[in-house]
Amino acid sequence: MNSIILRTGTVFILPLLLLVSVVILLRGHNEPGGGFVGGLTAATAMLLHMLAFGPKEARKLLPIGPEAMIGVGLLLALFSGIPAMFAGLPAFKALWTDFEPVQGVKFSTPLIFDVGVYLTVAGVVILIIFSIAEYRGHRAIDAQHASDARAREEAS
Amino acid sequence: MHLLMAITVGMMYATGLYMMLRRSIVKLLIGLVLLSHGSNLLIFTAAGLSEGNPPLIRPGEDGMVGPHTDPLPGALILTAIVISFAILAFACVLVKRGYEEVGTDDQNAMNTTDQ
Amino acid sequence: MVLTSVFSLFLLALVAPLVTRVAGRYAGWVLATVPAGWAVWYAGFIARVGEGEVITPASLVWVDSLGVALSTRVDGLSLMFALLVTGVGALVVAYAGGYLAGHHHLGRFYGYLIAFMASMLGLVVSDNLIAIFIFWELTSVTSFLLIGFGHDRAAARTAALQAMIVTGLGGLALLAGLLLMGVAAGTYEFSEMLEGGITLGDHPLYIGILVLVCLGAFTKSAQFPFHFWLPGAMEAPAPVSAYLHSSTMVKAGVFLLAKFSPVLGGTEEWAWTLQIVGGVTMVYAAFLAARAVYFKRILAFTTVSSLGAMVMLLGVGGPGEAAAMGFLLAHAMYKGTLFMVAGSVEHQTHTKNVEQLSGLMRIMPVTFAAAALGAASMAGVAPFFGFTAKYLMKGPIPEAAAGSFLVIGVMAMGIFMTTAALLVAYKPFVGKPNEAASAGSEAGPALLLGPVVLSVAGLIGGLMPGLFVQPLVASATAAVTGDAPEKALSSSIGMINMGTLLSTSTLAIVLGVVFYAVRDMLRRTTGLMDRLDPMLSGPVVFQRVLSGTLWFGRLQTRLLQNGSLNTYIRTTIIGFIALVLGLGANRLKNAFLWQDAERPSLLGMILVVLLIVSGVAATVFRYRLAAVAALGMAGVASALIFVFYGAPDVAMTQFAIETLTVLIFVLVFYHLPQFTSFTGRMQKFSDWVVSLAFGAVMAGMVMLAVQTDMAPKISGYFSENAVPLAYGRNIINVILVDFRAADTFGEIVVLGIAGVGVAALLSVSGRSQNPTKPDGGVA
Repeated sequence: MNSIILRTGTVFILPLLLLVSVVILLRGHNEPGGGFVGGLTAATAMLLHMLAFGPKEARKLLPIGPEAMIGVGLLLALFSGIPAMFAGLPAFKALWTDFEPVQGVKFSTPLIFDVGVYLTVAGVVILIIFSIAEYRGHRAIDAQHASDARAREEAS
Repeated sequence: MHLLMAITVGMMYATGLYMMLRRSIVKLLIGLVLLSHGSNLLIFTAAGLSEGNPPLIRPGEDGMVGPHTDPLPGALILTAIVISFAILAFACVLVKRGYEEVGTDDQNAMNTTDQ
Repeated sequence: MVLTSVFSLFLLALVAPLVTRVAGRYAGWVLATVPAGWAVWYAGFIARVGEGEVITPASLVWVDSLGVALSTRVDGLSLMFALLVTGVGALVVAYAGGYLAGHHHLGRFYGYLIAFMASMLGLVVSDNLIAIFIFWELTSVTSFLLIGFGHDRAAARTAALQAMIVTGLGGLALLAGLLLMGVAAGTYEFSEMLEGGITLGDHPLYIGILVLVCLGAFTKSAQFPFHFWLPGAMEAPAPVSAYLHSSTMVKAGVFLLAKFSPVLGGTEEWAWTLQIVGGVTMVYAAFLAARAVYFKRILAFTTVSSLGAMVMLLGVGGPGEAAAMGFLLAHAMYKGTLFMVAGSVEHQTHTKNVEQLSGLMRIMPVTFAAAALGAASMAGVAPFFGFTAKYLMKGPIPEAAAGSFLVIGVMAMGIFMTTAALLVAYKPFVGKPNEAASAGSEAGPALLLGPVVLSVAGLIGGLMPGLFVQPLVASATAAVTGDAPEKALSSSIGMINMGTLLSTSTLAIVLGVVFYAVRDMLRRTTGLMDRLDPMLSGPVVFQRVLSGTLWFGRLQTRLLQNGSLNTYIRTTIIGFIALVLGLGANRLKNAFLWQDAERPSLLGMILVVLLIVSGVAATVFRYRLAAVAALGMAGVASALIFVFYGAPDVAMTQFAIETLTVLIFVLVFYHLPQFTSFTGRMQKFSDWVVSLAFGAVMAGMVMLAVQTDMAPKISGYFSENAVPLAYGRNIINVILVDFRAADTFGEIVVLGIAGVGVAALLSVSGRSQNPTKPDGGVA
């Protein structure tokens, strides 16, 4: 898509959307939000950028690839369940600290878990959209089928 | 209102199933989406409807005050929505690839394996 | 240690191919040392078990809650079999090294053979019924591999499949029988049944147990009419025939019947079933043996006949059991010998037909000596072990229920066995060497060791019964009858006077020689049998049953699995509707009449109507993009419903997902041609009827669910504990990341898999190898 308005707009909106997605993630434990919605918001932001500048540019924007995001996210979520086992508690039992990296958000295993969810969801959606957008098979093959269909109609 | 919602769920299932009974496999996917809307609403309605009052505890309080929406179906539906999206994307791509191989979206033409 | 012997052999089977690669042509000797060592170890028990001791080592718990354990029990019967399995096994492994020397799958063959040995050993020492079944099936599986070893020949494949299906079906029957036995006796440990003195003869399940266990035993031991698989199994290499199909596996059925006879035996049904089936098999197969011309085929039929005799003797009971045990041991020795001799002759001369050989005596003198000793024992010539067995046999038979029939039967078997003995040990060896025989030469040490050891053992067993025969047979009999070993044989001895025995067995031998002399005439006049036998049992019936089963399978697949997704969905849904309406039409109707406290609100009604309209629109629009837009509308409407009814989290998610869904549809399907209508008006109408009926049923289910109070405790718990325990005020999020975090983890794993799946599907290059033809068909 080649629209100056979209491109210019995206430049401003993208950081804003990403920031919003993090806010949604962090406040999720107390207000509506959380890792799922936050991850989707982040993915939408990337999607917007992809529509404006194409998948190649959008990929450059990501510090790590979407596949790696999925991996890191899943590992974070999994590891958040492990500390409890060392304390002799069942896996995924929440552990809390009083440390607040951001005002009102306490550092805890559910927070790590939610970050893992955020990364996984964002990674999956971005991976899906990018794969489809980058897929080169479409046009050539579809055109072939369309001409096949025309040939069939003419023959019959 | 529950009756209305029940009818809506029924309509979602009916339209979803009708689309799934088409031979065009793209229509089948549309039917799948309608069906998952129906399922989400089914879970949501089955727990009982009440206007307003989301399951959010007010700051400074220890629990919910007064009637409120059941949080459990919400949690179930939330993940279901995301998963059904991923599955739908997978199915779309699969259908797309199938279409490229077979040259039609008629699923009766796709009934042979190993080709 | 007993279990160790079993598992060490399984281990050996695993490493056998490796050993073969390292040890080369000496692999057979190397591998044979392990079973030989175990044979010596088991032989050390002869004295103890001979005094009536039963060795029951500690068992290994397996599935405790189901009463399954790897428990072992070595009594006289098990000991005799364990010695046969390991002793003959060692000889056969060494023999195989000579017989298959240079075969490029020799390592694999050793592996199969030793795995079979381990299974068979496990079978005979197991005490738990389930463990017995498992080892029983393992012998079937390994036997399948061994028979089908020459898998490049269709005949070998067919024979392997036949043996597998017949013994496998028998195995299933046996499993059912064993389970019933366990239920009836209240335990799956056989020794507990013996110690508790449990006999199931009067139990209401007895007939069922008897029929099922007999089916298992009869198929395994090739009793009429299941006997056909054994001659077919002669496709296997000779070591397999010598081992599985004469001395061990086919005797598993006899072993099982003998083992169970204290619990299941002693009834009229037991006696008649075993006597008739065993007796018929004995006579019928002996007759076929006398007519056959192929070395191994003759031996196979005599084996079937001998197995019949053993089953029959177990049916006679009492002293008959001593005879069965004696006969079993004698048979294992001479038949093992003869099979190995047959293999050697085949291996050296490349001729399978005994009529085409003569004069081998001069070319293969040692082999001939072993053959002569074995055949003499088979014909029951004094003083061989075979004669002793015959002696034990002739006493109890006249007393049996089917006495007069059996006396004639045993006589007939003796005659035909003599003929068969002459066919395998006389015909090919005497006279002038012909062309086929001259082509051969004496076999090497690996091929000679087995036959020589076994045939000499048969001679010693007859001459000096006290050495090992008497203690073994006595303690085995004791295990079966429950008497003390020293008494077990005494009742049999002296039941028949020597003069009668000598005269009848001389008569049998003379008649056998006569039949041998006129064998050509015998074969010609009974040529009908060649066509009759397959029709009575074997290949024809088997093929009919097999192809019938396949036909039924195909028919069913055509009806149920026709490959059309629409048909599957339609069938499933119609079935579902019928089920729900059939079970609860009334409840469903009443559900709609419920008085709802929640009044319909205007906004709610608008949203609901919007949702329904967009849903219907998605179905009727002819343009794909319009349908997708309607779909997006439906998603937005349902998101608004979530907002309206207090689920902001869900609504946010739904909004985001809806956007993405529409985008994906557009991206993926933008370039496809427009919808084509594949179905006619009538089909559409009937689909609408089914769909609306389904919708109505689902609506009714919702109404039912609303009125059902669904465990309020769960949600209540979450609401009450979200702040105190999880320090979170958004209960939905608390459920997702804290209370049910493990579930959520599972869900995001699914997400990850779907995402990677999409990427993988799109990165695979398709079509290039598989061009589509212009007519839409696929090349």
